Amino acid sequence: MQSSAHTADGAENLPRLAGHFASLEVQNHAARLGMWLFLATEILLFAGLFVCYGCYRFLYPEAWAAGSRSLDLTMGTVNTIVLITSSLTAALAVHYAKEGENKKVGVMFALTLLMAVGFLVIKYFEYAHKFHIGTLPGRYYHYEGIQVTGIPLYFTVYFCSTALHAFHVVIGMAVLSVAMVRAFRKKDFGPKNYTMVELGSMYWHLVDLVWIFLFPMLYLV
Amino acid sequence: MTPSSSIDTAGAAPHDEHHDHHPSYLVDGTTIKSWLLTVDHKRIGLMFLFFILLFFLVGGIFALLIRVELLTPGATIMDAMTYNRTFTLHGLVMIFLFMIPAIPAVFGNFMLPLMLGAKDVAFPRLNLASLYIYLTGAVFMLWGMLNGGLDTGWTFYTPYSTHTTTTVAPVMFGAFIIGFSSIATGINFIVTCHTMRAPGITWFKMPLFVWAIYATSCIQVLATPVIGLLTVLVAVENLFSFGMFDPARGGDPVLFQHLFWFYSHPAVYIMVLPAFGVMSEVVSTYSRKNIFGYRAVAYSSLGIAFVGFFAWGHHMFVSGQSTFDAGVFGVLTMLVGVFTAIKVFNWVGTVYKGAVDFKTPFAYFCGFLFFTVFGGMTGIALGTVSLDVAWHDTYFVVAHFHFIMVGATIMAFLAALHYWFPKMFGKTYHEGWGLVSAALIILGFNATFIPQFLLGNNGMPRRYYDYPERFQALNVASTAGASLLAFGFIIIAMYLTYALLYGKAAGKNPWRSKGYEWMSEAPPPTHNFVGPQPTFPEEPHFYVDPKKAEVPDAV
Repeated sequence: MQSSAHTADGAENLPRLAGHFASLEVQNHAARLGMWLFLATEILLFAGLFVCYGCYRFLYPEAWAAGSRSLDLTMGTVNTIVLITSSLTAALAVHYAKEGENKKVGVMFALTLLMAVGFLVIKYFEYAHKFHIGTLPGRYYHYEGIQVTGIPLYFTVYFCSTALHAFHVVIGMAVLSVAMVRAFRKKDFGPKNYTMVELGSMYWHLVDLVWIFLFPMLYLV
Repeated sequence: MTPSSSIDTAGAAPHDEHHDHHPSYLVDGTTIKSWLLTVDHKRIGLMFLFFILLFFLVGGIFALLIRVELLTPGATIMDAMTYNRTFTLHGLVMIFLFMIPAIPAVFGNFMLPLMLGAKDVAFPRLNLASLYIYLTGAVFMLWGMLNGGLDTGWTFYTPYSTHTTTTVAPVMFGAFIIGFSSIATGINFIVTCHTMRAPGITWFKMPLFVWAIYATSCIQVLATPVIGLLTVLVAVENLFSFGMFDPARGGDPVLFQHLFWFYSHPAVYIMVLPAFGVMSEVVSTYSRKNIFGYRAVAYSSLGIAFVGFFAWGHHMFVSGQSTFDAGVFGVLTMLVGVFTAIKVFNWVGTVYKGAVDFKTPFAYFCGFLFFTVFGGMTGIALGTVSLDVAWHDTYFVVAHFHFIMVGATIMAFLAALHYWFPKMFGKTYHEGWGLVSAALIILGFNATFIPQFLLGNNGMPRRYYDYPERFQALNVASTAGASLLAFGFIIIAMYLTYALLYGKAAGKNPWRSKGYEWMSEAPPPTHNFVGPQPTFPEEPHFYVDPKKAEVPDAV
């Protein structure tokens, strides 16, 4: 409604300046600040789960040790590497967006998405294995191999946190897909118009960061 | 931070004001679509006002049902199960659908950009989205309430909430969705404060209402995600029995309480801080004096927001936390009292030797001051561990939080509604009826809850369906007070509706207020101001030079 499009002077691509902002810098600053605040809420969302994790780990140390050992460390490690690499390509996409190389932005996001799919596939195999042997949360737990007090709780925490994380991966993929399509189709990212790429990438880094906490907590320690 | 925005004035018409060419936001577009899809913060604020008043009515009806049921011992009008559902729904509707969004989403939305000399909030579409998210959550909640209701109390304490056969999951999912609305509003306001201030409005020239909303938004952004997670966990547990908070499966229900109060205690300040902000504006306007101790009031808002995060344990003095923890939480709780007291002293200092114009909003200010001080002092008493153990879960607690949280917020909501009514609608209401209903409401509120203080102190537990004969006199008094209260609200509804339809035109600034929001037209045009970006050389509510004001009787 109130977006009076600013016509660009030269060939340079400028984002649309919404009518209520004083200048483009302010608008971008606002968008970035908004994203940071949103990321803060995400961190607090996971923080609640981390508290649950910490609390039950304190109450059931044996169950936590046994549960952690039962996870597939190879798959977890591969997934971590995949996700960290995907963060690198997301960061490179921002770099290329600043230079206006739209094709490379698109390719980088495509790579990121590919790795995200890879992450989810590996996660699927992990989940499938757990459904198979019965290391499931709460009352669904029926694995004979480990019978320690509190072990179903470990898998409650495991499934809740990894599922919430996977959900974030899917959202992040949706966001990055939009940016990728735009980079390929509209090709309008440039030195003054890369906020969308930057914010999408920030979100992806957060998804990555959460995993960097989840991985050692669930698999290693 | 970029200090403030310097707006590009090129192309804007200099100095001649086009009153006639710029219709007010109320008539700029009259189709239903132009309302439902608007991104104008003022229209969104009005739509919020409509729904919030609707839910206030619903919650109020539940409240009256509770009071009628408690008129006599034993069954009066409903059975015990219905009673449990009624008090749960009263709490849920009032807290999640009325009080949390009440002042920020209505008056914050409407006034914040006007007070900052901005054309809109930073993310107008997000703002509209927050309205629809709120309504979606409300629909889920109402659906759950109509399909069985729930009987857990608004606190959803586990393990009961994960085992009860009533419909917990949809209601909790509704609360989860409403949380997003709250977060979206919070992010929007914080970013608006950071990036949209007009030239001349530095941080310490922001109106105090803006400061209060800013502090509130910080709480909304930082606390709401935790309850979001928690509602999902409990809903999942209710549906699938994952055992996260179920002692039968090794879970810890006290952990639920910790996480719950980590949000829900700061949520109390989400409700009451905007009320403080409104009162800082009102007291200045009607005393015709600059606010006393501006910075102290601004900082104390932030202080309350900060300390509020570390006081949650005082809800759990009897749930088995260590004596040391209880002591720490008790002391931290009292810090909130210190910050609130700073505000109270400054408000009183503002009135002192002011030229008080005793209009309806000021009447509500007086009521507010009483409820804040009385409710706050009982809060300090409840924060004392040894006293709380006796009072815990009695009507004393009910009366306490209705005084401080509800009383203060309702007073501020009504004060804001009357103070800004001419600003929002360009009409005046009937001052006489305003004062009459204010008196009724303040009296009614006291008559409702003072007996409850006494009941609680005599040992009547909260949420009980039945009570012994000796409590009846006070319960009757409380119900009588509640009907007085309802009567007051009916009068307000009547004269404000009348004013909306037939009220006299208010003019630009009927209160001669020097708040920033009154500098534009009333009601404002769609983009808040016409012509060049207004500048703000003076601080808000600059009535007298502070130097002169120190000379006796200079006002």
